[in-house]
Amino acid sequence: MTGMKHNKTRVIALIVLLLSATIPQAAPAQKTDHSKEREQIVHVLNRLGFGPRPGDVDRVQSIGLRNYIEQQLHPESIPDPEVEDRLSRLASLRMNISESFRQYPDPQQLARQLGLRNPEARDKVRAVMQERGLRPPQQLLQELIAQKITRAIHSERQLQEVMTDFWFNHFNVYWGKGPVRNFTTAYEMNAIRPHVMGKFKDLLLATAKSPAMLFYLDNHLSSAPNALVDAAVRAVSNRRMGINENYARELMELHTMGVDGGYTQKDVQEVARAFTGWSINQPRQNGEFVFRPMMHDRGEKVVLGHTIKAGGGIEDGEQVIDILARHPSTARFIATKLVRRFVSDDPPQSLVDRVAKTYTQTGGDIREMLRTIFFSDEFMSPETYGQKTKSPFEYVVSAIRALDGETSGFQQLGRLIAQMGQPLYQYQAPTGFPDRGDYWMSDGAVLERINFATMLASNRAPNTQVNISAFKDAKAAALYIGSPDFQRR
Amino acid sequence: MPLHRRFFLKSTGVALASFAVEPSFLIRTAFAQSTAKPGKDRPILVAIFQRGAADGISMVVPFGDKDYGAVRPQIAIAAPRNGAPDAAIDLDGFFGLHPALEPLKPIYDERGLAIVHAVGSPDNTRSHFDAQDYMESGAPGNKGVSDGWLNRYMQGTAKTDATPFRAIAMSSNMPRSLMGPAPALAMNRIQDFDVRAGGGRAGARAASDLAEEFEAMWRKANSETFDAIRMLKRANPQGFQVENGAQYPNGQYGQALLQTAQLIKADIGLEVAFLDIGGWDTHSNQGAAQGQLSTRLREFGLGIAAFYRDMGDRMRNIVVLTMTEFGRTIRQNGSGGTDHGHASALFVAGGPVKGGKVYGKWPGLAREQLFEGRDLALTTDFRDVFAEILVKHMAAPDVARVFPNYRVGQTLGIL
Repeated sequence: MTGMKHNKTRVIALIVLLLSATIPQAAPAQKTDHSKEREQIVHVLNRLGFGPRPGDVDRVQSIGLRNYIEQQLHPESIPDPEVEDRLSRLASLRMNISESFRQYPDPQQLARQLGLRNPEARDKVRAVMQERGLRPPQQLLQELIAQKITRAIHSERQLQEVMTDFWFNHFNVYWGKGPVRNFTTAYEMNAIRPHVMGKFKDLLLATAKSPAMLFYLDNHLSSAPNALVDAAVRAVSNRRMGINENYARELMELHTMGVDGGYTQKDVQEVARAFTGWSINQPRQNGEFVFRPMMHDRGEKVVLGHTIKAGGGIEDGEQVIDILARHPSTARFIATKLVRRFVSDDPPQSLVDRVAKTYTQTGGDIREMLRTIFFSDEFMSPETYGQKTKSPFEYVVSAIRALDGETSGFQQLGRLIAQMGQPLYQYQAPTGFPDRGDYWMSDGAVLERINFATMLASNRAPNTQVNISAFKDAKAAALYIGSPDFQRR
Repeated sequence: MPLHRRFFLKSTGVALASFAVEPSFLIRTAFAQSTAKPGKDRPILVAIFQRGAADGISMVVPFGDKDYGAVRPQIAIAAPRNGAPDAAIDLDGFFGLHPALEPLKPIYDERGLAIVHAVGSPDNTRSHFDAQDYMESGAPGNKGVSDGWLNRYMQGTAKTDATPFRAIAMSSNMPRSLMGPAPALAMNRIQDFDVRAGGGRAGARAASDLAEEFEAMWRKANSETFDAIRMLKRANPQGFQVENGAQYPNGQYGQALLQTAQLIKADIGLEVAFLDIGGWDTHSNQGAAQGQLSTRLREFGLGIAAFYRDMGDRMRNIVVLTMTEFGRTIRQNGSGGTDHGHASALFVAGGPVKGGKVYGKWPGLAREQLFEGRDLALTTDFRDVFAEILVKHMAAPDVARVFPNYRVGQTLGIL
């Protein structure tokens, strides 16, 4: 396992060549300002989005690179009717959670409701579901994957898609944990997407109150040890009441301050107390955030030196969110992760410091942090080109884009991406997938990538068509997509 | 004597000072040549990581500890009672196996399985990520170590007859334990480890054509991959049947163990295999004899037992070592689960193992005996166990290189 050797100039030149409207007979002997500019555009398209499609470099060149970046920073200003149209088929994306439970019930739960227990229950449940037009929750996952792939390939709002991928992974939830199956769609659509370039604190609060996160990290069960147990609470759990530290710890370690951010075990316990009562109303039918005063620990808490007065309710947790969002460790941690995503696996400290400063000065404005990154020398330096390894998702999507492809084989593509090491929406641990090249490029994964390139270029990828007219033949296209260079961005 | 001799003499001095007994395995390695033979008698280590922090006192139940039942009103496992299926399975009158680990009991009885309790990392982090990282890098508390402990073991024992299959991970991503300069392979499934032409008429011919071109392209970065493909084709590990009526559990973990067994049978130079099994982060409703944790444990135990049976006589050269990043809180939490704790338990199985025994000093469960008043205290550093296996079983000359800044603590005598 060693890092891939690569020739940045060569990869960029090749990409520029392939994606130009016309392919020159021979590469120019010396690099002109023109080719340098086009290389820079390819770099930006690789980092702010999922790589260039044929013609993209020309399009960006005509509007100007700076303008392109500014547009991408304001996705709401970019019309995207084609994607809206493509997504209109995926009904579950617009459903609220209770509707999702009605239309995509858990078959086991349905069996219980129908009073079926024996081994034949499975067939009977299937029949009932068919009769009533219901689908299994697995369908929700398929539609989530379909929208993720569709948007990454076709959306003009490329940066918005990159940021959605980034923040979902930062605030990771595991789709397969019980009713999180029915929560994840709304989580991405309502908690993540609206805030991907807004204020970090809004994103943090939206995830904190989302049933997906509350269930995934067990906070919905966390209560004061001596909480008065009312009927509503018993409906949630028949267990003895008490604190659950899971969310409190990951909130500080993974969402805000970072593991070395300077909190203690005592802080974890105090934060957990502050969030007692942040729960879910009917987590298997309705799935709305609810604050349950009866479960809340009303005592005084001290979090990172800040006293939260006794007698509070939901505002205790909100105050913690505020303390954490303002903490300098959070500024540093978020800045580091963003720079790692956009610049290098080993983020240059000078840039991290400036991005952290932007965080502090703007009250955690994500768009401004991104602007600091994109207009930095570190980001724009040719040394940075091709330094990042594409994740399997980035690889597959960028390959289809490069070959001007069209797909409806989302389920199969999702499976191929999983075989390359990235099961979408199904990373179990709250850390999310690591953002490091060496994690992705095992020998087995390399073979999966090579085989995908061959399959794609010969138009044998499931329900996927590509255009290889820029290449001599399918083999040449396969060798391009499956090359070490194309694995980088 | 090479460099490592000096290390052993030095560290033996340390051990002498603190324990007044010289760890026997250090003497053996310092003065004896490796007893491992090449070829079929090559020693093999199969490492299994239980990711998510498995609850040690549910896996190996200290029913003899008077404080055990009281701290876990709903999730304690009942003390062994004759014929009671939902009770712990007695091991030695004090400890018992979780009933779902019943497949491991016969191996324990025939002394092929040892248990170490109250074992873990001396670093007190309760972060999954950091704790897994520390265990896999073999350097608790040190974030500057970039390669994994198993990789450093291989670096220190470079072999001229090594094959690309010397170290393999049965997963699509390379685990931290195997990352580093020494070559290691990661594969999901044997059958996927190939260059395919994508079907069609030109089939085999086109595939080998393409494979050659890709090989030329990738050779610099992943030189071993293509040798491995050829070797795998010749050896055809999937032609080997499961033996002795072993029954692997369904799912990825069982398949990974089954394929590990096939690679060993195919005799293609496998020395270190790494697998993982997730789902141990039981913050809520972990259950007792039945329930969530029980389901995970059944799969976990069935897998090891199947592998042990399947390998049969080959187990004489094989050690299976399990690990988990930390244990869980001794008291159950507010949701019928347990939060992140400290020490846990691990299993060591195989022919060379002095099994049928629970090793390690038991720290006790009374409040004042707990780590920070809440977790199982640690009495064995995981590196004591890993180092003993590397030295005695794998004939590693140099554990100082594998575990930087580690001073050999104690020798449990598991092997």
